[in-house]
Amino acid sequence: MNFLTFKGGIHPPDSKSATSTKAIETMKAPKEVIIPLHQHIGAPCQPTVNPKDEVKVGQMIGEPQGFVSAPIHASVSGTVKEVAIKPIGGGRNVQCVVIESDGLDEIHPDIQPYGSIESMDEKQIIEMVQKAGMVGMGGATFPTHVKLSPPPEKPIETIIINGAECEPYLTADYRLMLEDPETLVLGLKIIMKSVGAKQGMIGIEANKKDAIDKVLKVIHEKEPIHVVALQTKYPQGAEKQLIEACTKRQVPSGGLPMDVGVVVNNVGSAYQIAKTYQTGMPLIERITTVTGSCIAEPKNLKVKIGTSIKELVEFCGGYTKTPGKIIFGGPMMGMAQDSDEYPIEKGTSGVLIFDENEAVIPDPVNCIRCSKCIEICPIYLMPVTISEYSLADRMPDAERYNALDCIECGSCSYICPSKRPLLQSIRVAKSTIMAERKKQEK
Amino acid sequence: MEEKLIVSSSPHIRDDNSVSKVMGDVVIALIPATLGAVYFFRTRAAILILVAVITAVLAEAAIQKLRKQPVTVSDMSAVVTGLLIALNLSPAVSWWLPAIGSVFAIVVVKQIFGGLGKNFMNPALAARILLTLSWTERMTEWVSPGVDMVSAATPLSFVKGEVAVPAGAPSLFDAFIGNIGGCMGETSALLLLIGGAYLVYRKVISIHIPAVYIGTVALLTLLNSGFNVEYMAYHVVSGGLMIGAIYMATDYASSPLTTEGKVIYAVGCGVLTATIRIFGGYAEGVGFSILLMNVATPLIDRYTAPAIYGEVKKQNA
Repeated sequence: MNFLTFKGGIHPPDSKSATSTKAIETMKAPKEVIIPLHQHIGAPCQPTVNPKDEVKVGQMIGEPQGFVSAPIHASVSGTVKEVAIKPIGGGRNVQCVVIESDGLDEIHPDIQPYGSIESMDEKQIIEMVQKAGMVGMGGATFPTHVKLSPPPEKPIETIIINGAECEPYLTADYRLMLEDPETLVLGLKIIMKSVGAKQGMIGIEANKKDAIDKVLKVIHEKEPIHVVALQTKYPQGAEKQLIEACTKRQVPSGGLPMDVGVVVNNVGSAYQIAKTYQTGMPLIERITTVTGSCIAEPKNLKVKIGTSIKELVEFCGGYTKTPGKIIFGGPMMGMAQDSDEYPIEKGTSGVLIFDENEAVIPDPVNCIRCSKCIEICPIYLMPVTISEYSLADRMPDAERYNALDCIECGSCSYICPSKRPLLQSIRVAKSTIMAERKKQEK
Repeated sequence: MEEKLIVSSSPHIRDDNSVSKVMGDVVIALIPATLGAVYFFRTRAAILILVAVITAVLAEAAIQKLRKQPVTVSDMSAVVTGLLIALNLSPAVSWWLPAIGSVFAIVVVKQIFGGLGKNFMNPALAARILLTLSWTERMTEWVSPGVDMVSAATPLSFVKGEVAVPAGAPSLFDAFIGNIGGCMGETSALLLLIGGAYLVYRKVISIHIPAVYIGTVALLTLLNSGFNVEYMAYHVVSGGLMIGAIYMATDYASSPLTTEGKVIYAVGCGVLTATIRIFGGYAEGVGFSILLMNVATPLIDRYTAPAIYGEVKKQNA
């Protein structure tokens, strides 16, 4: 098989063996869930419930504000205990609905399957996606219905399902592709119909050969759907790199996938869209990988949104040693958390727990100008130069070197023999430049 | 929770590469040439190499202590500098020459400009030039290999001003394996190439600088001699070209960052070397060429930033 890829990138150890053979387990609803009303990029939701209200599974508890927003639903049935601002992952303080579960998981009566896909038109599908509170489940959490509503001058030809799962440790997407490829492909077909796309692609890295085979088996020959075998390389699952590998087209600098006629969806998102279509149930649970050297029994879990990290860890046999770092997502792009009491959100693709040794931040030494970061940057930036300008507070120069094009994949920091905080300083440059632009617009 | 959790910017994993591993690879790559020097020039070579390396490491530790900076000799970069200085000397020099060279390279060229990665020219090469200009006679007194140290001319002095290899010059084969007069480490092209192959294989250096540098010198000497291949080969395997192109011009701190920049820089090194060798007053021009291009590096970097992802398309659209 001919494996496709992009230029640049790195080969971190994949560390997936702890969970790659573990079938997805469903975790029972916890006694209490904390559901943040802001789990997406865009405007936060307004609560539609009050303390002491009874709620059922799938009931909307947060109403979206504006187009770029996504509703929030109850993941358990029970009583609303509290509607209050609480600290959640990523150092944010967000209004949350705390629901005490009655343990019955009673489904809201409005939750009904959506007839047949043939009878639904584009508008109805997008409305279904919007009502389900769908967001990019790979971690970006951009509202899916917005992606599926491009302006008329940008027709979408191709839908790509991102099954690269190039982040080390994570295996949730892989297990999903192995265990239920039919539903995944159904999800792809629904998305294709929603934008009138002519072809669908499922990009899977070569280290998941069995997933490639499984997905291939459920695709009929006549269908305009292809499985694209990708080289195992990080960041193969980054949107621009995935699009280039699959279609040979580069998304323009500052542009969006729709500029080259493509929409990319994560495996988890496509699966959830199919599930919503089959059952009517909005996005209230997700599959996430709980792993790392501190976890007694690493697992792939189907969990209710709002379950705390702590409960996940307990379900996986608890901590085997003192945790040093808790990460939402993978080790390359995931976000470190300061407590294990935070809830799982729509975009939490993994919970990775490092011990104290793995958590140590290496001491940076002088840059030796080896130019490895330039060789591997998948956007062809000069990370060392942008970083130097950022650290010297010369932001206009950092901007001139295209700091804003950085996709924050972290390959530069990973490869650096001097352990320089390259991405960290580029992030500082990006946010400073953006803040300056906003100021100028005013 | 009671435990202390570390919260930091991603990525949360790092490659296990490090500066000392990179420098260690350079030392490993220089082992064949070092052993070659000891084989051809015996105990004298061993003593000079030890003096240069030990002085370099001590000088670095001393200046960092003096300036109340963390001592970083464990990163091996001072060992590389010391070793390169020794290999750039005639085996006939007195023991204090490498010592002065090492102190100058480490203290003046490297540490005063900010230490590792901040030197604007190659420290070992700057030291060689300093010593050549200060003690020209001692630095250009060559001896033939072996114990008796008969004074000998370098192969390059035979072809100086010529357009063909004159009779009586050492054979091309001797020049290739290093059985000739010259600096301790630069005489054996073969051993230097073995080390260079290791560096390319380990991805410590990219092949661009050495290949383009040597290629440019080859092309220009070929043109100068009216396509005399023997004359060209003589230029390529003699003098400091191999050690310069593989180990000195590739110094990270003083060479350009991008591939395009590296190619421009290497062409510049090659043109200057060939010009000095053919038209200049010196028989050898590698040292000056590289130092000149070192100084041009910031300028080259400035004009060779790569086109970023999706940029070309945007302009066409």
